[in-house]
Amino acid sequence: MGATLFDKIWCRHEVTDLGDGFSLLFVDRHLVNDMAGRGFLTLNKRELPLRNPELTFATADHTVSTLWSAGPDRSATGNPYAANLRGNAAKHGFRLFDTDDPNFGIIHVIAAEQGLALPGTTIACGDSHTCTLGAVGAIAWGLGQSDLVHILATQTSAQRKPETMRITIDGSLPETVTPKDLILFLVARLGVAGATGYAVEFAGSVIRGLSMEGRFTVCNMAVELGARFGLIAPDEITFEYLKGLPYAPSGDLWEAAVADWRGLESDEDARFDSELTIDASEVEPQISWGTNPAQTIGVGGVVPGPDDLDSESAEATYRAAIEYSGLQAGAAIAGTPIDMVFIGSCTNARLSDLRAAASVIRGHTVAAGVTAWVAPGSERVRRAAEAEGLDHIFKAAGFGWGHSGCSMCAGAGDEMREVGQPGQRIVSTTNRNFVGRQGPRTRTHLASPPMAAAAAIKGAITDVRTLEPIDG
Amino acid sequence: MAEPFTVLRGGAIPLLRNNIDTDTLSPGSPPPRKGGGSGFGERGSTTLADDLFANWRYDTEGEARPDFVFNQTRFQGARILISGSNFGCGSSRESAVWMLAAWGIRCVIAPSFAEIFSGNCFANGLLPMTLDNEAVESLADEADQKGAAGEFIVDLERCELTAPSGRVRPFAISAFRRRGLLAGLDEISLTLEGAEAIDRFVAKARMATPWLYPEAA
Repeated sequence: MGATLFDKIWCRHEVTDLGDGFSLLFVDRHLVNDMAGRGFLTLNKRELPLRNPELTFATADHTVSTLWSAGPDRSATGNPYAANLRGNAAKHGFRLFDTDDPNFGIIHVIAAEQGLALPGTTIACGDSHTCTLGAVGAIAWGLGQSDLVHILATQTSAQRKPETMRITIDGSLPETVTPKDLILFLVARLGVAGATGYAVEFAGSVIRGLSMEGRFTVCNMAVELGARFGLIAPDEITFEYLKGLPYAPSGDLWEAAVADWRGLESDEDARFDSELTIDASEVEPQISWGTNPAQTIGVGGVVPGPDDLDSESAEATYRAAIEYSGLQAGAAIAGTPIDMVFIGSCTNARLSDLRAAASVIRGHTVAAGVTAWVAPGSERVRRAAEAEGLDHIFKAAGFGWGHSGCSMCAGAGDEMREVGQPGQRIVSTTNRNFVGRQGPRTRTHLASPPMAAAAAIKGAITDVRTLEPIDG
Repeated sequence: MAEPFTVLRGGAIPLLRNNIDTDTLSPGSPPPRKGGGSGFGERGSTTLADDLFANWRYDTEGEARPDFVFNQTRFQGARILISGSNFGCGSSRESAVWMLAAWGIRCVIAPSFAEIFSGNCFANGLLPMTLDNEAVESLADEADQKGAAGEFIVDLERCELTAPSGRVRPFAISAFRRRGLLAGLDEISLTLEGAEAIDRFVAKARMATPWLYPEAA
């Protein structure tokens, strides 16, 4: 019987079989962010050396401010997290993409841009959205501080081998429906625990037709299905994307690598523990209504009522969500007034995302009373967007244009105090709409960049397909 | 390295909601309280335990909400949390587990858990116990009636949970995880003892996939 893409990569990286379904895996690339302070504290207290500084790459994406007023250190008030990471980079000798580095950005965005994420690799990071990088055909997963210290000290991680699930997406995405709508649709369909315990391979003609940037968006939200791993078989689109990137192999090694990578895809007779096929042509632009990403509907739909709740806890969960949302069950979601729009995050802040939003915004202005903020995924993305004038389109419409960083997704920088306000209703291109995620009492509606742009223009949740573009 | 977990005796606190995420357990932006920290487990003079469920425990003025179970006198001192499915979903932040532990929780019982959270529990000597929906609802009822005074017994050696009613339920746990909890194993030391295996792996991998090791180019 054949092997799946996931199995092939897993087997290659098994250092020791620990029994009971667990393996000690070698970690090819350890990505570190500014939330790793306690991990380094433990490492240093135990006087353990960093085993492989040359396989460790870091950036302070979570706590930096994306406001221009924040200055070169990206902090108006001093940033102990970034300073701590800087201190540990100096002590242990790993590569830090510092706040003033031209390649600074959100770790999952820059790991792709730099060619750190390569097919067939294992990539770990203390952030649950590390699954983003599985889009190149890698095993990429998020973990907590204890696992992180283990990797710092040993370059390995003890992991349970998950079951495998293949989600095949056939048909074709309707025009104006984006990869973000597709993954939100899947999360709504399967639920936030729909793939818990699985590594999910996304396959099918729709996935094959996506750019690498679109594939990153899809894999980014695998964790919102409960899966630690989301991945896509590498193909010509992957190779073309990677060729020439700073940390990608070159010359003879490139040829050898590509030859190897061509053999990674799941064998035709590979068996998955679970299989699912979706027809993409039924997907419409999506918008979340509640307090988890599965509480999402098509923009033409109505806020769901308390139907089909099968347990006491499901009922309590629904009641809390609908109450927090401030919405009425049965009401159309389109037309709901909003206070703010955020375009950014590891889900949707790459160049193609900014282009898609800008093409909707061009010639329009942000509705009165709405604040709107763009934080590019990286400094490279920001410069590329500025080179084609996207920043002018956003600024002319009344959007704020920021530096790169996690910004208002995690709500840890200065943006919520300076740009947003507690209790606001936000249409956001991020991945999580949890209670208080974007600041105290904020209500988050997850959407694609074009949908976020449409909401900014109308001052309300709006079906982007109903907006007339203005040329010029 | 965590305290060994063998037998846990204590009261339980019921909170039957599904999909409790780690942002909820450990808020990135907790409501302002006197001396409060800045979120993500960073402290002002509030303790880790103070920030657990902070957005559910405190109103926007920082006052405790009396209707929330973690604020109720009758549940103070509980060691076990009983909750809904997919507990601990979302962010990988381990502070969610540190805060539960700091409050006194050593075992969470739920129909299912998110994987990263579950791994973080084991790393900190907490037991995420999976039981079916019916058992969870029945245990939550019992906990609600008895408050923290009702004694539950979690026996990891026998893999049995005894409720205050005396009813005994077996629970399942992977042998690998059980071994680690019982011994309070220091996984890093264990792995480093086997460091030769890692060196052998790297030597082989350098031959097979040399492009992954920049200096080998």
